[in-house]
Amino acid sequence: MSKRHHVTTTINGEESDFLCEPRQSLLEVLRDVLKLTGAKEGCNDGNCGACSVLVDGVLVDSCCVLGVEAEGKQIDTIEGMAVNGELHPLQKAFLEETGMQCGICTPGFLMSSKALLEKNPQPDEAEIRHWLAGNLCRCTGYDKIIRAVQRAANEMAGEKV
Amino acid sequence: MTTMDKKAEDLRVVGTRPVRPDGADKVTGRARFGDDIHLNNMLHGKMLRSPHAHAVIKSIDTSKAEAMPGVRAVICGKDFPVIEHKMVAQGEAGLADMRDISDNCMAKDKVLYDGHAVAAVAADNPHVAEEAVKLIEVEYELLPPLMNVRASMADDAPQVHEHSFPGAFIAPTEAHIANASRIHMANGDIEKGFAEADHIVEREFNTETYHQGYIESHITTVDWDSNDNLTLWTSTQGQFEIRDNLADVLEIPIGNVKVIPMEVGGAFGGKDRIYLDPVAALLSKKAAQPVKMAMRRDEVIRATGPSPGAHIKVKMGVKADGTIIAADYHLAYEAGAYAGGPIFLGVVSSTSRYNIPNLQVNGFDVIVNKPKTRPYRAPGAPQALFAVEQVIDELASLIDMDPVDFRIKNLTRSGDILLPGFPLAPLDTEALLQSVKAHPHYTAPLEGENRGRGVSYTMWFNLGAITSARLSVNPDGTVHMSSSNPDMSGTRMTLAMQAAEALGIDVAEFSANVPDSDSIGFAMPTVGSRTTYSTGIVVIEAAAEVLAEMSKRAAMIWEVEPDSVSVADGVFSSGDKSITFKELAHRMLDTGGPITVHKTGSPQSFIPAVAAHIVDVEVDVETGKVEILRYTAFQDVGKAVHPDYVEGQIQGSVVQGIGMALNEEYFYDDEGRLKNASLLDYRMPTSLDVPMIEAVILESPNPAHPYGVRGCGEISIIPPASALANAIHDAVGVRMDSMPMSPHKVCAAINNKS
Ligand code: FES
Ligand code: FES
Repeated sequence: MSKRHHVTTTINGEESDFLCEPRQSLLEVLRDVLKLTGAKEGCNDGNCGACSVLVDGVLVDSCCVLGVEAEGKQIDTIEGMAVNGELHPLQKAFLEETGMQCGICTPGFLMSSKALLEKNPQPDEAEIRHWLAGNLCRCTGYDKIIRAVQRAANEMAGEKV
Repeated sequence: MTTMDKKAEDLRVVGTRPVRPDGADKVTGRARFGDDIHLNNMLHGKMLRSPHAHAVIKSIDTSKAEAMPGVRAVICGKDFPVIEHKMVAQGEAGLADMRDISDNCMAKDKVLYDGHAVAAVAADNPHVAEEAVKLIEVEYELLPPLMNVRASMADDAPQVHEHSFPGAFIAPTEAHIANASRIHMANGDIEKGFAEADHIVEREFNTETYHQGYIESHITTVDWDSNDNLTLWTSTQGQFEIRDNLADVLEIPIGNVKVIPMEVGGAFGGKDRIYLDPVAALLSKKAAQPVKMAMRRDEVIRATGPSPGAHIKVKMGVKADGTIIAADYHLAYEAGAYAGGPIFLGVVSSTSRYNIPNLQVNGFDVIVNKPKTRPYRAPGAPQALFAVEQVIDELASLIDMDPVDFRIKNLTRSGDILLPGFPLAPLDTEALLQSVKAHPHYTAPLEGENRGRGVSYTMWFNLGAITSARLSVNPDGTVHMSSSNPDMSGTRMTLAMQAAEALGIDVAEFSANVPDSDSIGFAMPTVGSRTTYSTGIVVIEAAAEVLAEMSKRAAMIWEVEPDSVSVADGVFSSGDKSITFKELAHRMLDTGGPITVHKTGSPQSFIPAVAAHIVDVEVDVETGKVEILRYTAFQDVGKAVHPDYVEGQIQGSVVQGIGMALNEEYFYDDEGRLKNASLLDYRMPTSLDVPMIEAVILESPNPAHPYGVRGCGEISIIPPASALANAIHDAVGVRMDSMPMSPHKVCAAINNKS
């Protein structure tokens, strides 16, 4: 077994530290070491987006980042998306628009959508489809996911749908 | 007991769109899927898989793996009980050879496909297990692989299995040649029929192997405890099928096995059988610790699923007035490494839509050196329809008839006897096609070069089969509903809605769950578009018994005859007395104790449903890429319990159908090694590849269900391939005889034409 490193980081706004082997991905650290199982593994090679998290505000596939790279970084995961029990408008919109079926892809889509709306608060359909093309969903056919993101964007802009 | 039937206009809950109970945990990341189990002292198992498609295992040396620090157990085929070849009933899914199921979980003497499991390691962490797997030495003697149905059916093909029963998925096939068994069905006089035809079209098609593509891999955690009791936490379509298959394969009593179904991260037919479960169980037994096993994505693609590739020949004859007079289908489907692919459903789905007086079909279930095929959403249908619905389109244009009118002229209608011999149960097939014609999409102008429109029409069936449910009334008037079928996409809600409808209370009063295999009656898995329909019936029957019991309680309180108590919309009354469901629930414990009804049933199978799709495409003649401009899917669902979910089922099915039609396929090299076992190279549709999918819901009630519900989960995966093929023909004038219709094939077809 290779030597473990001590990593200090910030996860969902709180300082955190953990031990991990150099070969462990951030996804593995989140899920198996820190027991934050909201990020999901669909492929472990950067092709499905189920493991999406934000590192210093940048959307990444956490299966393609090493745990040791989290040193000194701010990590945001799905567990931090609802604040004080209040769902984020995206979470509400995914519920109300039925933007999920099995739900395994949902945390990843939510993190990606959140990153999109932070960059571009009023994306059109083509922009949403382009941005979310790194997240695979096998259940929904994407239609209701796109609508959920549109709805959340509108609500966040203070408009009525 | 009074009938529980309700007309559409009287429904209060069914047909509304409440937010699902499991949704909040899914948007916050708290829902617990198969991989979210962490047990104390848990080990991680990893598999060694064959790099060869067909080989004899000469020897396995596990000593180096066993010696590695952190390794707690190593097993291979010899650790499995030697079980006889025996066909065991799988409910209405037919029969399966338990020896084949065992061998598919881990090879004993021979490996039959690239990725076949050969040995496994349990270690303190997954990385150690993976390193140890690499230390296992296996000596193989290579055999020639058979990689498609034509190779396997050739006269000089080597026989893959020394012993193999004919396939028996849903219905049995009969022994035929070394690597293939057969179904033959016919009516009329096929030669006379073709002699009467004014036009005959004869075409040949090939389709490739493709995968269900669920985003969650196969994952199981097994704890074999000191009393020889096994507990499994797994992602499955059927906790009972896993339990019973595991007991059969390991030769242990069913009573020793408990299966806890986790949230299912997609399945589509591919998670109804054991793969890792007996392996993890034997590792757990050997190590005396719980073991989790999770497949990597490449293992999922190499060793699970897939849906069969096929070789299909279609010959159809039509009279000048538009009557289809004769048809002859040859359907040869891959079974995979073991017999029992979906050929029967290919036969049924290809022959049920049109009344053809002279009809014959020969279906073949063919062993090839690929993973054992598993059902994938309407298994067996898309392949056959890709072929037949293109020929239908061609016939319509030969006699210069509108393709929808041509289909209407030849439709099967309620009561018609279908080829397998049963009558078509009530549904309005013509109304569906009339709604296609009446929809603005059908007549919308489609201008621009290389653009075209295609349609396709299909029929599919709901399974009934054994199912169980329990309703428990709580003293505060809330209700616990347990249903035996794992929820793949919202059935806890659609069942609770039916129970709420039947009990006359609000759906918010329900908490719905899917219990472990110890805690509810047996059921067939969530397959065959059955749960909302079939378990729905059982839930409604349980609700009727709850109401009857509560009426007795009311009668006891009022000291009247139970017969004098009536109930409507959650209020019980007799004469001038009345009491609400909630108030009466409050009195439950002092009027005779808890009210819990457990109900099992086996509703009718072969409930039909129909769908038709219209698609507009633009073909890039330089690259062969097909862009989808507009898509409208019409589907008769009997009664949409939750219209959002129904739309979601339709949209999801369509996009899976588009994937198989345009992109998805297994690429094997000459040695039978899979070359695209990743989600980069096995390319499923992304959000960029598809437009919004308009879902048009039709409701011709199903008389076998109290509210008219038909299952809606599968059918719309069938038409996309043929609708797209017809649209491509309309756009650029070429007939696509090979699926997927990937850009290079479309390009080649265009170049061959000019
Ligand atoms: S698990 Fe990270 S991209 Fe698929
Ligand atoms: S909801 Fe199942 S993969 Fe997206």
